[in-house]
Amino acid sequence: MTSAVRFQNVSRHFGAVRAVDNVSLAIAPGEFFAMLGPSGSGKTTCLRLIAGFEQPTAGHIEIFGDTAEGLPPYRRSVNTVFQDYALFPHMTVGENVAYGLMIKGVARAEREARAKQALALIKLPGFETRRPGQLSGGQRQRVALARALVNEPKVLLLDEPLGALDLKLREQMQEELRALQHQLGITFVFVTHDQGEALSMADRVAIFNEGKIVQDGTPADIYERPRSRFVADFVGSSNVMGPDFAQRHGGPASWVSLRPEAIRVSAAAGIAAPGSADGQVIGLHYQGALTRVVIIAEGTRLIAAVPSGSVSLHEGDRVRFTWDRTALVAMADE
Amino acid sequence: MRSDGSPRAGFGLKLSAALGILFLHVPLALIVLYAFTTEDKSFAFPPPGLTLKWFATAWHDRPDIWPPLWLSLKVAVIATALAIVLGTLAAAALYRASFFGKESLSLLFILPIALPGIITGIALRSAFDIMGIPFSTWTIVLGHATFCIVVVYNNVLARFRRTSGSMIEASMDLGADGFQTFRHVVLPQIATALLAGGMLAFALSFDEIIVTTFTAGQQSTLPIWMLNELIRPRQRPVTNVVAVLVIAVTFIPILLAYYLTRDGEHTAGAGK
Repeated sequence: MTSAVRFQNVSRHFGAVRAVDNVSLAIAPGEFFAMLGPSGSGKTTCLRLIAGFEQPTAGHIEIFGDTAEGLPPYRRSVNTVFQDYALFPHMTVGENVAYGLMIKGVARAEREARAKQALALIKLPGFETRRPGQLSGGQRQRVALARALVNEPKVLLLDEPLGALDLKLREQMQEELRALQHQLGITFVFVTHDQGEALSMADRVAIFNEGKIVQDGTPADIYERPRSRFVADFVGSSNVMGPDFAQRHGGPASWVSLRPEAIRVSAAAGIAAPGSADGQVIGLHYQGALTRVVIIAEGTRLIAAVPSGSVSLHEGDRVRFTWDRTALVAMADE
Repeated sequence: MRSDGSPRAGFGLKLSAALGILFLHVPLALIVLYAFTTEDKSFAFPPPGLTLKWFATAWHDRPDIWPPLWLSLKVAVIATALAIVLGTLAAAALYRASFFGKESLSLLFILPIALPGIITGIALRSAFDIMGIPFSTWTIVLGHATFCIVVVYNNVLARFRRTSGSMIEASMDLGADGFQTFRHVVLPQIATALLAGGMLAFALSFDEIIVTTFTAGQQSTLPIWMLNELIRPRQRPVTNVVAVLVIAVTFIPILLAYYLTRDGEHTAGAGK
């Protein structure tokens, strides 16, 4: 099957900076694909390579089987939702949404009808005559979405689209974007530095670091089986154990990760068996359903997430953390 | 304190503000007043009587007014048009590109407006001499363009800085090529800045005298004509009539420019 987007050994260098360094990836049609990574990791440059705002220094890019490198943005069947929305302030919301159709030469009556439809789709019916300046952040973002979707792109690119919204709105938009993607069946490529957002929305996540993809897979894959220390550190708050510590506690002689939810907490008594460690509680963080318990065991900081109310603990208590050997995931030392 | 929180100005402050306004505008009012005086040898105050006859004289009996006026208008229009094109291009280039020496280059663009006109004038005159270029309308236009470009450049650059750069990318992303993006997105964004810069440039060029003196040769623009009239007076109030005209022609565009851009925009270079 033809990939929606395909990178073959793509690099984009800015002078000595390797923003994107020999990246290969294939995004399936209809997939919700997240590019996740810290700032400067190359994820946004990858998105801009797909959009056509950047051209690769080396490598080959295909969009639905067609060679994309060398094509300017206006000759690609992809549309972008920008981080700052980039609405045109001198046009009404309706004109903004209809802009792509106007450029294509669609007749006024038809483009107005389609702009109206698009605004209804993103739940802003009747906003045609307003100006972008009169809208809230959340509304602007919806207009930006409608302006991209009205062109029926083959791939929709979203550059940190939820970054500027407050938490509640962000969660709501996450759900809506997900539903919209299911409804339209368009390939969504989504750039974010928020691991929670990537894991909860995407079908597949690629983790970027220093211009390379260090791991890609389903959210569960990434979360449960991080391949390197970087991924374990970056995706959520996994426990990372050094080779010595891991070996002493029933694991392999390599760096391992251990999810906080996989740890059971009990009172320390007797000698700790393999697969457990004793330590003093140095932090208790109540987070609603879960409480995070932080201990220092033999110089290693460990965090357990236990159901709130299941244990009664105080800072300074000596406790025992216990886990199954199978919960230890060996990783590369990167 | 009033409810809006701004403190009231004290009496002394009001008085000095009033004096400042008077100091700036009484001479202007006198110019206008003496365009209507009945006596044309010495400007006695108060004028012995008021008449409109100097307007008629200027219109019917003084054909020497019209060539300088026409030349000034022509120069101002061409210099402004040149400034709008070159100033916008320069602003766009310096806003978007980043290269070694960018700051120095933008300083070089602004320098002509900070440089005394007399220096610009002498420099241009020797340049024209060396290159063997005869004085013409175009030498005046070139002289005026040096500072007109700056005015447009400053206005447009300030506008570019306030516009989101991703807007141009958004337009391209939605299928518009460079020309369409310029027409539908960039131009509407900078339109008022262009208008304001253009009007200022026009006003600056129209009454410029120092640079003009050095680059005009035997030609006479309106300000030069007026200066000559003051030195060798005949029908003195006619000069005032023409001055009233100049005030109108320069004041209206500046006022318009001010209203069009007062939402936080500074019309840089208005002091030349």
